[in-house]
Amino acid sequence: MLEIKDLHVSVAGGTEIIKGLNLSIPAGEVHAIMGPNGSGKSTLSYVLAGHEGYEVTQGSITYMGQDLLAMDASERAQSGVFLAFQYPVEIPGVQNGYFLRSIVNAQRVSQGEPELNPVEFMKKVKEVLKLVKLEPNMLKRSVNEGFSGGEKKRNEVLQMALLAPKLCVLDETDSGLDIDALRIVGHGVDALKGPERSFLVITHYQRLLDHVVPDKVHVLQGGRIIHSGDKNLALELEERGYEWLIEGQS
Amino acid sequence: MSQAPLSKAEQNPEVSSLMAQKYQHGFVTDIESEVAAKGLSEETVRYISAKKNEPEWLLEWRLKSLEIFLSMEMPDWAQLNIPEIDYQDIHYFAAPKERPKSLDEVDPELLKTYEKLGIPLHERAALAGVAVDAVFDSVSVVTTFREELAKHGVIFCSFSEAVHDYPELIKKYLGTIVPRADNYFTALNSAVFSDGSFVYIPKGVRCPMELSTYFRINEANTGQFERTLIIADEGSYVSYLEGCTAPQRDENQLHAAVVELITHDDAEIKYSTVQNWYPGDEEGKGGIYNFVTKRGKCQGKRSKISWTQVETGSAITWKYPSCVLLGDESIGEFYSIALTNHFQQADTGTKMVHIGKNTKSHIISKGVSAGKSQSTYRGLVSVGPKAEGARNFSQCDSLLIGDLCGAHTFPYIEVSRQDAQVEHEATTSKVSEDQMFYCQQRGLSAEEAVALIVTGFCREVLNELPMEFAVEANKLLSVSLEGTVG
Ligand SMILES: Nc1ncnc2c1ncn2[C@@H]1O[C@H](COP(=O)(O)OP(=O)(O)OP(=O)(O)O)[C@@H](O)[C@H]1O
Ligand SMILES: [Mg+2]
Repeated sequence: MLEIKDLHVSVAGGTEIIKGLNLSIPAGEVHAIMGPNGSGKSTLSYVLAGHEGYEVTQGSITYMGQDLLAMDASERAQSGVFLAFQYPVEIPGVQNGYFLRSIVNAQRVSQGEPELNPVEFMKKVKEVLKLVKLEPNMLKRSVNEGFSGGEKKRNEVLQMALLAPKLCVLDETDSGLDIDALRIVGHGVDALKGPERSFLVITHYQRLLDHVVPDKVHVLQGGRIIHSGDKNLALELEERGYEWLIEGQS
Repeated sequence: MSQAPLSKAEQNPEVSSLMAQKYQHGFVTDIESEVAAKGLSEETVRYISAKKNEPEWLLEWRLKSLEIFLSMEMPDWAQLNIPEIDYQDIHYFAAPKERPKSLDEVDPELLKTYEKLGIPLHERAALAGVAVDAVFDSVSVVTTFREELAKHGVIFCSFSEAVHDYPELIKKYLGTIVPRADNYFTALNSAVFSDGSFVYIPKGVRCPMELSTYFRINEANTGQFERTLIIADEGSYVSYLEGCTAPQRDENQLHAAVVELITHDDAEIKYSTVQNWYPGDEEGKGGIYNFVTKRGKCQGKRSKISWTQVETGSAITWKYPSCVLLGDESIGEFYSIALTNHFQQADTGTKMVHIGKNTKSHIISKGVSAGKSQSTYRGLVSVGPKAEGARNFSQCDSLLIGDLCGAHTFPYIEVSRQDAQVEHEATTSKVSEDQMFYCQQRGLSAEEAVALIVTGFCREVLNELPMEFAVEANKLLSVSLEGTVG
């Protein structure tokens, strides 16, 4: 599904953030990425999604056999790459429901399917609202504007469920959630698991991984993956922190 | 004749031709295919007046206006770069040009745009200026429309018709809201105005439908020096829609319209405009110069005038729909979206003149500039010595797309009372990269993303538009933004 080789990334025209990263995620697998603040996790997620503020100076990313780096952000999205943002963006004046319908229809058009009219869309979205336990009135408010932290994260999962992507990158979708919301989000993500869908879950805590059990856990530090293991690594990290790994590095 | 279903009328040639006949005799004034010589002179004015078979007093009024015009100078205070206009090189009276006989003869580019805007098939022909007797279904719409209005005593006709049928109303109000000497272009319009709309809503009547110039599209060729007068008598209400979202091609480069509104006690006029005249090409060649004077007088107590405009067209827009708040407790509103792209220039805003007690005004202006365009908000709020308890709130927001465009805000405030409450807020922002990326990550193209963000930015104004218009305006914004990114 995803094959990252010797990836080097700089802030456009500036410092290098990712310094030789290798990662391979087969279809159907869940990989978690953990690592200290500032280690480059969000940067990796932006690069996968095609953010133009970051420059790939070296290396390659292959997604479903295609050169991901040759596609722009919307092409990547349309071919099934989804990023649940660490900080979802507010779009004042644009009704969330209208936004959701627009993105669903953009995807449908790109796949040669007819657009959904508002009624058809409502039917579809109501199902998904239940999955993330959001009230229908969230559709009437402006995109993410005035949403609580937890509502924003659930709105991200809502979009993910609507678009049914192939590669789901979740950037700290669990942070800022209360215990119930964490379970809802965890359950929502888990429900989307399937043999054709891969997940890259960026998180600081083990708790989300109780719901979405990872096949592999990687530790990102200084722009590189310094250690990988199975789901038990997350538990170990929770207990011991990163020090022991970082020390082992230098 | 009854309201046959539109599709049937289309299929049945007999019905069609009947309708066409009715149309010819009922609604279209026969215009001989003659053109006045170029140039502006007393002779031209006499020619126009004679062609329209106008009464002597109106001819005199026109001639006086011409005298005023000739003594005035073109205003130069706006933030506009206006190429010199040769007023002697313009035809001031021209019968409509030969129209296309069917849609096949219409510029395919124009038709493509209609499609993008979602304009129903049967309306496209009328908009493209296809000879009216070929546009069957709009005829039946117009017929039922007129019958319904007549039932309520509402007068809605062309200005020329009104001059003949309701001379006392025209005489009483013409030029009383926008004096002919108000400015250079009002003087010009008053001398040579071709036609326009007239509306009268009787006492206590709530006009049963939105009135739209759209229904008079067959007379669209009169648009160059248009003149509109709307009178809302005591306790009446009307919502009037001017223009339409379809791009309007016009050979005439100079447009100088005058719109006068008046509300008596407890009356309300809601005037909505979508202006999409030809803006010129991507290099800034061609395009309409649009110099409009629109003013409403809230003559009566507790009366209200509300202007809503979506300005996306024209190479140059010079336009300040205003409210004179004379009646106590009267209310003036101005909601505006001005979108400029490529080399377009817009200098637009409003004047709220508080004269009566406890008068209120509300201004929301959204300027969107893209390409190498320039957009200016220019607004005046004045509170006179007797306007006890006057209140105003103004919000002017500018949104920039790219680095080559400009946005400017000039709020003028003249207050002669201590107790007046005048608030002004202004913001300037750029389309945020975060928002763009967020939308694109969800699969929207850069163009779709910009359009979405811009419509969000304009939301408060779009919400003021009548439902149907709002949907079209949304699409219009997207179409006007094409080519601004990526
Ligand atoms: N656009 C940018 N300009 C300058 N520095 C940047 C930019 N983006 C990221 N950085 C820097 O790159 C480093 C990695 O940032 P990133 O956001 O990827 O970290 P992270 O692992 O997601 O951290 P956190 O756990 O706090 O979310 C940080 O030092 C950050 O300041
Ligand atoms: Mg991060």
